[in-house]
Order: sequence, then structure tokens, then C-alpha cells
Amino acid sequence: MSDSSAIENSVAVEAHHEHPPYQRHHFESVAQQFDATNFAMWLFLLTEVMFFGGLFTAYLVMRNWYYPAFVVGSHQLSIFWGTLNTLALICSSFTMAMSVWCAQTRRKSGLVLCLTLTFVLGLVFLGIKGIEWHEKWVKHHVPGLRYSVEAFVNPASDPEVFAEYHDKPLAPDMAVKTEQYFFLYFAMTGMHALHMVIGIGILAFMIFRARAGDYTSGHVTFVENFGLYWHFVDIIWIYLFALLYLISRHQ
Amino acid sequence: MSEQTENAQHIVGPKVYVLILFALIVGTLATVGASFVEMGVWNPVVALAIATGKAMLVVLFFMHVKYSTKLTKLTIASGLFIFLGLITMTMADYISRAWGRW
Repeated sequence: MSDSSAIENSVAVEAHHEHPPYQRHHFESVAQQFDATNFAMWLFLLTEVMFFGGLFTAYLVMRNWYYPAFVVGSHQLSIFWGTLNTLALICSSFTMAMSVWCAQTRRKSGLVLCLTLTFVLGLVFLGIKGIEWHEKWVKHHVPGLRYSVEAFVNPASDPEVFAEYHDKPLAPDMAVKTEQYFFLYFAMTGMHALHMVIGIGILAFMIFRARAGDYTSGHVTFVENFGLYWHFVDIIWIYLFALLYLISRHQ
Repeated sequence: MSEQTENAQHIVGPKVYVLILFALIVGTLATVGASFVEMGVWNPVVALAIATGKAMLVVLFFMHVKYSTKLTKLTIASGLFIFLGLITMTMADYISRAWGRW
């Protein structure tokens, strides 16, 4: 027992190659570690694609079934806030990409600045989303909790939207289907916002560690892979913005 | 060892990122502008085409896929292929079940 373990230990010591502290011992090289974790991150993101894909497919099917209800439901969303939010998120993706560059080129203060900007823009996005959700609450457009079809059976009761779209009143059996639209609206933007909240939490942690210089000593994997997550969330929003806000304006 | 950057991969610089940011802002304004134009059935098509263009820019440059390994590219392509296949099959099912509702 003692002999064999002593031999094994000496073999292990000989096999121990030199590597930087952030390289896990079971990887041959830092490049291999980077490729492996990058690959794993993409696999995770593909499961996320499937997850959001279910919501997108539900939206596609229901929009075709209850088309008039989905059109007038969409008219309740503000293009102004939606555009502003899209721009905020795109800018946060840019600052995130710049964070990766700062980490790669070992600019510590630049990294902290870019991560902080990403963090702030993420909060701006959620703040605007909060304004929009609050409006839905005030107007009784929260399915299940506080819902009224008044604006859809009698469009003139909502003068602001009526002045812009001149929607015709819906029959009561179609008007109740607007609740389906708002259900999907809250499910999709809510699930997206949950991803933002998680991302913002991780960003706070990263800012803390970046200040200690953890990502500017050659180890960029964490920043790079978090960047992939953040950009993925941006892409989901790009599609949500088109599908929920834009495509039903003229119908 | 400590001098070399961790990944010997391509480092995408600020110039590319600024260009992509600019393109994404233009794309956003274009898609909002297009939504104000009456195009009938083409409104969703144009909106989704612009969204896909923007997503491609994000994936290729912000997510560095243009410079990544063949394994990563193949993984993403196969994942998207399966995703589109699932959507197509789901829609084919729904469309062929409820004639007249589509």
C-alpha cells in the first residue's frame, strides 16, 4: 500500500507540468481550457435558444389563431420606450464587448469602467421595462391579476391609443383573446428580464473582482463567457422588440 | 508564460466594436422606421430580416464567432438548424390541423 502510493505520488509529481494558477490542472494548455469552456458556454446558450424558442413558437401559433386580438394588443405597447430600451441594450452589449477587449489587453481601469457602464445600462433597461409594466398595471392589462377588455371592445375608451391607431372594436369572444397576447408579452419580457437580473447580479460580482485585478492578469475566460451570455440576452430582445412591438402596427 | 494573453486567439479591437455598434443603431432606427411604412404582409418579413441581420452582427463580432474554432461554428450552426427544424415541424403540424384558421 505505502510502496505503491509512494510510486504513484512520485509519478504524479513528475507529470505535474508548469501552468498559470488560473489554468485547471486537467487541461493541457490555457488555449485548450479556453476552447473547452467556450464550447460549453455555447452549448448552454443553445439550450437557452430552445427555451426561448418554445415561447417564440407559442407566440407564432397564437398570433395566427387570434390575429385581430394580437394586433390590438400590440398597439398598447409604446414604440418610444421600446426603441429607447433597444438602444440601451445595444449600447450595453457594446460596453460588454469593450470589457472583453480591456480584459484581453489588460486594462484594469478600462475594464472596471466598461463593466460598470454595462451594469448601469442593464439597470436602465430594467427601469424602462418597469415603467412599461407599471402602465400595463394601471390600464388593467395584466392577465390573470388585473385585466379588462374594455380598451378592445370599446377602443374609444383609450383615447391615446385610439388617436394613433383608430382600432375597430373587437367582438367580445375575440377581445378576451387579448389576454393571451398580454400573457405572452409578460412571459417573454419577464423571462428576458429575469435573465437581465441574473446578468446584472453577475456583473456586480465581476466589477468587484475586476477591481482586485482578477481578469487583467491573462485570465479572460470568465469575462469572455459572461459576454456571450449578455450578448445572447441582447439578441433575444432584438427579436422580442420586432415581434411584440413592431410587426402589428399597420394591421 | 505570464506575458502571453490567455487565449492565443484573435483579439477584436475597439474599432470593429464601434462599427458594429453604429450598424446596430442604424438597424434599430431602420426597423422602427420600416414599421411606420405600410407594407402589408411584408412588415413582419422586413422586421424579422432586419432583426436577423442585427443578430448576425452580434453573433459574428460581439460574440467572436467569426474568429472562433470550427467546432464552435459547427455547434452553433447545428443548434440553430435543429431550432429551425423544430419550429418548422411544429408549424407544419398546426397549419395542417386547423384548415381555415390560417
